[in-house]
Amino acid sequence: MISIIKALIQGLSITLKHFFHKPITLRYPQEKRQPYERFRGAQQLVKDENGRLKCVACFLCATVCPVECIHIEAGEDEEHRKYPVVFEIDLGRCIFCGLCEQACPKEAIRMSQEYELADYERKDIKYDKERLSR
Amino acid sequence: MDWIAVALFVAKALGVFMFFLVGVAYVTWMERKVLGHMQLRYGPLNVGWFGLLQPIADGIKVLFKEEITVESANKFLYFLAPIIVLICTFFVYAVIPFGESIKIFGRTVDLVVANIDVGLLFVFAIGSMNVYGIVLAGWSSNNKYSLLGGLRSSAQMISYEITMGLSIVGVLMLAGSFSLLDIVRAQEKMWFVVLQPLGFIVFLISSYAEANRCPFDLPEAESELVAGFHTEYSGFKFASFYLSEYGHMIVASSMITTLFMGGWYGPFLSHILGPLWFFLKTVFFLFLFIWVRATFPRFRYDQLMKFGWKVLLPLALANILVTGIVIELLRR
Repeated sequence: MISIIKALIQGLSITLKHFFHKPITLRYPQEKRQPYERFRGAQQLVKDENGRLKCVACFLCATVCPVECIHIEAGEDEEHRKYPVVFEIDLGRCIFCGLCEQACPKEAIRMSQEYELADYERKDIKYDKERLSR
Repeated sequence: MDWIAVALFVAKALGVFMFFLVGVAYVTWMERKVLGHMQLRYGPLNVGWFGLLQPIADGIKVLFKEEITVESANKFLYFLAPIIVLICTFFVYAVIPFGESIKIFGRTVDLVVANIDVGLLFVFAIGSMNVYGIVLAGWSSNNKYSLLGGLRSSAQMISYEITMGLSIVGVLMLAGSFSLLDIVRAQEKMWFVVLQPLGFIVFLISSYAEANRCPFDLPEAESELVAGFHTEYSGFKFASFYLSEYGHMIVASSMITTLFMGGWYGPFLSHILGPLWFFLKTVFFLFLFIWVRATFPRFRYDQLMKFGWKVLLPLALANILVTGIVIELLRR
C-alpha cells in the first residue's frame, strides 16, 4: 500500500520536474538545426580557383550510382579539356548514399549539408548544373 | 421582488455564466499548455501572445465544421444528448458560492447565483443527470463503440456517484447544513481538508471518475473505443461534449474548493479578496487534474470497478463512522 502511494508520488514529481524544465522543442521554421559534420544532403558541384567546374565528365559517379540518378553529357572546350555539357541529378531518385562523392577522382562532387529540398513539382527536384554548382 | 433585486440577480447570473464560458475555453488552453510543458513541449504558441487566442481560433473552427448526422441514428435523442450534457454541467454552477456576502444599495447580496438550502443535493442531482446525456449519446448514435462507451460511462459514474455521495457525509455532519454558503462559513476557522483528510481524498478521486478524466477516462478510451460515446458526433455537437468535459472539470474543482478547501477563505482579506482566493484554489485543482492526466495511465475496466467498490466505498463508510464517533465523543 505504502509502496503504491510512493510510486504515485514519484510519478507526479517527475512530471512536475518536467513542467519546470525548458522545452526541448526546436521551433523549426524559425530555428534551424545545424546538421552533423558528416550529414549527407544534396550534392554540390565544386568549382576550382578559376571558377570552372572541377568535373571532367569521367562518368565514374554516374556509373557507381546505385539508383542511376546522375545524367551526364560530356563535351570538350577550347582548351581540349573535357567538361560536362549536361549534369543532372534527379533528387527524387537519389538515396543520398554518398557513393558519387567517394568515387570522384577530382573531388568535383560532394554532399552538401543542404536538407530543405522539398518542392512542389517533380521537375523542380531534378537539379541541373547551375543549381548543383550553387 | 423589486427591480433592483431582479437586476442584481440577472447581473449575477450573466456574470457567472460568461465567466464560466470563458473559463471553459481557457481551461482547454491551460490543459494544452501544461500538458505540453510536462512533455517538454511548448503547447500552443503562435496564435496570440503565448497562444492565448487559441481557444477563440478553435471555437471559430468548430463552428464552421460540417455537422454530420448518422443515417441510422435516432435523430431526436442524437440532438438531445449534447444539450443535456451541456446544460447539466452549466446548471450546477448556479449554486456554487464564490465570495462572502456583500452590501450593495443597502441590501445584502450573496455572491452565488441561487442560494438554495439544499445546494449540495442540487449539485448531485444535476450532476447525475449528466449520465443520461452520455448514455443517450452512446445509444442514439447506433454505433458499437459509442454504445460501449456509454455503457462504461454509466456504470462508472453510478459506482463513483455513491462513493462521492458518502464521502461528503462527514462534511455535512461537521457543517450541519446542505447549503453551500453555510458549509463554506463553517470552514472559517479550520478548512475541512484538515478535519476530513480521508473524505477529501475519496472525494477527489471520485470527482476525477465523475468528470471522466484520466486515469478514469474509460468512456472515451481512444485505443479501444475510437472516441467512446461521442464517436459519431461532429461540429458543434462534438464541441458541446468537449466543453462539458472541461466544464465538469471546473465544477469538480470548485466543489472540492467549496467543500474541503474553505471556499473563499484565504490567508488575509477574505471579505474583499474572497472571489480571488476562490479562483486561485480552483485553478490549483484544475492544474492537479491536468497534472494527474500527464502522469498516470488509464485503469483497466475491472480495476476501475474493483477500486471503486472494494477500496473507495469502504473508505468512505469508515470515514463516516470515525467522524460520527469523534463528533459524539466531543459533544459529551
